[in-house]
Amino acid sequence: MELTGAEIVVRCLKDEGVEYVFGYPGGAVLNIYDEIFKQDAVKHVLVRHEQGAVHAADGYSRSSRKVGVALVTSGPGVTNAVTGIATAYMDSVPMVVLTGQVPTHAIGQDAFQECDTVGITRPCVKHNFLVKDVKDLATTIKKAFYLAASGRPGPVLVDIPKDVTQASTEYSYPKTVSLRSYNPVTKGHLGQIKKAVQLLLDAKRPMIYAGGGVILNDAAPQLTRLTRLLGFPCTNTLMGLGAFPGTDPQFTGMLGMHGTYESNMAMQHCDVLIAIGARFDDRVIGDPAHFSRGDRRIIHIDIDPSSISKRVKVDVPIVGYVADVLDEMIRQIENSPQRPDAAALKAWWADIKEWQRKDCLKYDRKSDLIKPQMVIEKLYAITKGDAIITSDVGQHQMWAAQYYRFDKPRRWINSGGLGTMGFGLPAAMGAQMANPDATVACVTGEASIQMCIQELSTCKQYHLPIKVVNLNNRYMGMVRQWQEFFYGNRYAESYMDALPDFVKLAEAYGHVGLRIEKPGDIDGALAEAFKLKERTVFLDFMTDQTENVFPMVPGGKGLTEMILAEEL
Amino acid sequence: MRHILSILVENEAGALSRISGLFSARGYNIESLTVAPTEDATMSRMTIVTIGSDDVVEQITKQLNKLVEVVKVVDLTEGNHIERELMLVKVRASGKDREEMKRLADIFRGRILDVTDKSYTIELTGTGSKLDAFITAIEPGVILETVRTGASGIGRGERILRI
Repeated sequence: MELTGAEIVVRCLKDEGVEYVFGYPGGAVLNIYDEIFKQDAVKHVLVRHEQGAVHAADGYSRSSRKVGVALVTSGPGVTNAVTGIATAYMDSVPMVVLTGQVPTHAIGQDAFQECDTVGITRPCVKHNFLVKDVKDLATTIKKAFYLAASGRPGPVLVDIPKDVTQASTEYSYPKTVSLRSYNPVTKGHLGQIKKAVQLLLDAKRPMIYAGGGVILNDAAPQLTRLTRLLGFPCTNTLMGLGAFPGTDPQFTGMLGMHGTYESNMAMQHCDVLIAIGARFDDRVIGDPAHFSRGDRRIIHIDIDPSSISKRVKVDVPIVGYVADVLDEMIRQIENSPQRPDAAALKAWWADIKEWQRKDCLKYDRKSDLIKPQMVIEKLYAITKGDAIITSDVGQHQMWAAQYYRFDKPRRWINSGGLGTMGFGLPAAMGAQMANPDATVACVTGEASIQMCIQELSTCKQYHLPIKVVNLNNRYMGMVRQWQEFFYGNRYAESYMDALPDFVKLAEAYGHVGLRIEKPGDIDGALAEAFKLKERTVFLDFMTDQTENVFPMVPGGKGLTEMILAEEL
Repeated sequence: MRHILSILVENEAGALSRISGLFSARGYNIESLTVAPTEDATMSRMTIVTIGSDDVVEQITKQLNKLVEVVKVVDLTEGNHIERELMLVKVRASGKDREEMKRLADIFRGRILDVTDKSYTIELTGTGSKLDAFITAIEPGVILETVRTGASGIGRGERILRI
């Protein structure tokens, strides 16, 4: 039987096992929406802005390890989605974005709601397709899912002209596809792994540095096993939080620009560094020239060869899926007669303990003002460390990363690479959809939340009991912090004047709003909010306006050139 | 250092812009770029001449390989190879210059493809530096127009690039 292109799109999603599509209708996708209307297998979530659709698909994917799916119309639908696509691309999130396009005969005619979707999105997708013939539609969608989830994951876009959704053809969904030009190396080289194991066993001052790749590849159990087997210190990047348990004594905290003193010092002073699914990002190692002065051997495991020796030269590159490589490493270590050098490790841990004595995350717990760090610590306590936490971008993001100790992967969802304000709330919606029984909180600030605040309406429509934790300091806090440190306290445009009454705003959207102004009220408000298991609650914490994020490695400085709280 | 990259790529709309977009987005140089289908019409072969340190060229190669439509990438300058570029030059050829221009074309093993009473159009092939040498050998005022293809390259002997 012949199906129309629109029917094929929906059938493909069903056959791919897609549960939710996040989207927004429009002219070019009306045929597809008509088919969505006629069935129940694939559920559509109507957002309030296309950016929200893509972020929601993103949060859905990150919290569930499934491929996220978004559907938007041509022209402005696509351009609104670009921020979300670029966000997913930077953080390697598997996602398929279906976009409507003007009919094939109108392409290039400056038609209504036309844009060069494939051209606009090309630099921020893993791959994209324009489907010009309905006969290619099913195979292209299969390819999109395959590309999105395999190798280094990423968003893949399929642009579908309206006439293609109208045309008919025989439907068959391929079980598998292969592309002769796409064969990612997934199995680590045994010889290289052997070399790496030898380096690790001979190390005197080893350090394990694990990033988002561990979470994407579901390799947290392997990382934990390896770290415990070796007895080495372990740090996680912002993207890697939860890859190794945050409460484990071998965990030295996050590293990087706002990482702990001990993690950054250990990174610089170790003699063998193993980077696992991490990419020596500028926010992680600071100035690469300064970092390279450390006298150390580096092992780097990554699925993407282009991530290796990009910013820092490594000694033992291993390309492959992190989980498989770590399995092999564990096997080789267990079979080796050699054990790590216990005396050297003891001395190294003594150095680390000494650095830990700095207590770099201390803050004034007796303040009369609400300290944002305290809100996160209390959020951690009330959710027993087991919530899915999404965040926006800025100071609140760093505090959440520092003070909420993630013991499990896929509990910390933030825009690490692109740094997209507005990500948190829609990502929380996706996470709640994927995990209906989980506690989901969005840690945000009064600037970030306003970038996608319209999604409070989506929360209402789908009864998503998200808790929004707004750390409201009436500033774009991170901008203000940089202006304070590097621009002579000239707070150019970083003060948030004319803020809405968030409590009333939450109520206007049909939610519960709470304002908290005193440290003594934090516990009560959190308890009240989390008791409301069926409701979205907006908690507006009026926090200390002058609080800054410490430690801090100023941009372009070396990793050990940290500013600590006490030094100001 | 100068590198010649040979790339096999799916002969699909947009493949060229993916590759040129990669170079501009990441700030890599393109000295020249040529592309045409191979004997297998589903595939094109591209030759890109680029300048960069070994580290940069290694990154370029890795990034090219990452593009889904790129089938294979080889840095020809890593081994023995042959490099050729085609140039068409239209020169003024009148009076005493006419004879001299013919002689010069012969010395460079050029062929005169088109003749008017005032001009010659000369075809030259060779390495880029040979074509440069021809340009410097003739008076700048005599050149009316030049067009060059950019380098194409192939490995010597048993070095073969195919799938």
